[in-house]
Amino acid sequence: MGDTRKSASFIKEGAKAAWPICIGYFPLGLAFGILAQKGGLSLPEIALMSLIVFAGSSQFIAVSMLNSGAAPVSIILTTFMVNLRHVLMSSSLALYLRGSSRKFLIPYAYGVTDESFAVNLTRFRDTDWHPYEALTVNQVANAAWIGSTILGGYGGQFIPAGYLGIDYALSAMFLCLLVFQLRGRIYVLTAILSGCLAISLSLLIPGNAYGVLASFIGATGGFALLKAARRKQFTYGQE
Amino acid sequence: MVRSEYILLIIGMGIVTYVPRWFPLFSLSQRRLPHWFVEWLDLVPVAILGALIFPDLLITADPRRLELFQAKSLVALPTFLFALKTKALPPRVPRCNLCGTGQRVSRPALAALRATSA
Repeated sequence: MGDTRKSASFIKEGAKAAWPICIGYFPLGLAFGILAQKGGLSLPEIALMSLIVFAGSSQFIAVSMLNSGAAPVSIILTTFMVNLRHVLMSSSLALYLRGSSRKFLIPYAYGVTDESFAVNLTRFRDTDWHPYEALTVNQVANAAWIGSTILGGYGGQFIPAGYLGIDYALSAMFLCLLVFQLRGRIYVLTAILSGCLAISLSLLIPGNAYGVLASFIGATGGFALLKAARRKQFTYGQE
Repeated sequence: MVRSEYILLIIGMGIVTYVPRWFPLFSLSQRRLPHWFVEWLDLVPVAILGALIFPDLLITADPRRLELFQAKSLVALPTFLFALKTKALPPRVPRCNLCGTGQRVSRPALAALRATSA
């Protein structure tokens, strides 16, 4: 496509677009590194997880599940559910990457996160954003995530166990992640529904399968509620 | 040192994270994602967080028992309120006219809807 721009300018423009993501990642990455270190992961393990998985919330969840002695299978299953939403993002991006080779898509897919998606999609839509610029955004954000988690993992060694309620920090982190997700009534209801399900199931069945089970049923129940509410609105709401 | 059981765990997590990111790009899906699937997916993260947080705050470990008032759950209330108060205001979520009902959808879901129904 007669594009005369040089790769140096792609990298420059991509990096420029990525820096707000880096600023957002930095404190989260630090927090993840510290909590993972406190959860018993070594520095190389923290680095490897950030490198291979590269998905913030599921990494926090994995650490918390490891703390509670969950089986690897249920951690992997939960990770799958948490990250399934990326299907949505990649489907939207596919529209703009139709001209790209499959070889290009292999590294590109690795960097699709909520944040890089938001930055790249708006630029694809509104400007002549080049796939290489988008790839730069992904990789710069990736570097910031890996770097900050390693820094946190290193710093974590100097925080004594139990210091200043550090044991509670992971629970607090999840509460904050939850608050970010509460974008309307249906989200609140779904959280409460799956929370109550998780409590009952954890008392009924031994092991850690209750988490995945409750999330699945909870999301489905929330969806059913959404449907029912819409039907009611349709029947009575619109005169 | 990376322990071998953690290598397997991390690789497993990596695969299940990579495939959903890669598959739609690879299949260059022009195909529309079913609407119900988009909406269901949108509720999954909040359901998982709920399923993690509630037992974490209210269930004791070993033996498992429902304990409504414990240090963690009591301190969670101010944490929650503080997070709610200080959360950076998200950008205004546009109403989803595609669904015809005007309910709010998240930005990724909205973008996906736009892209697939364009």
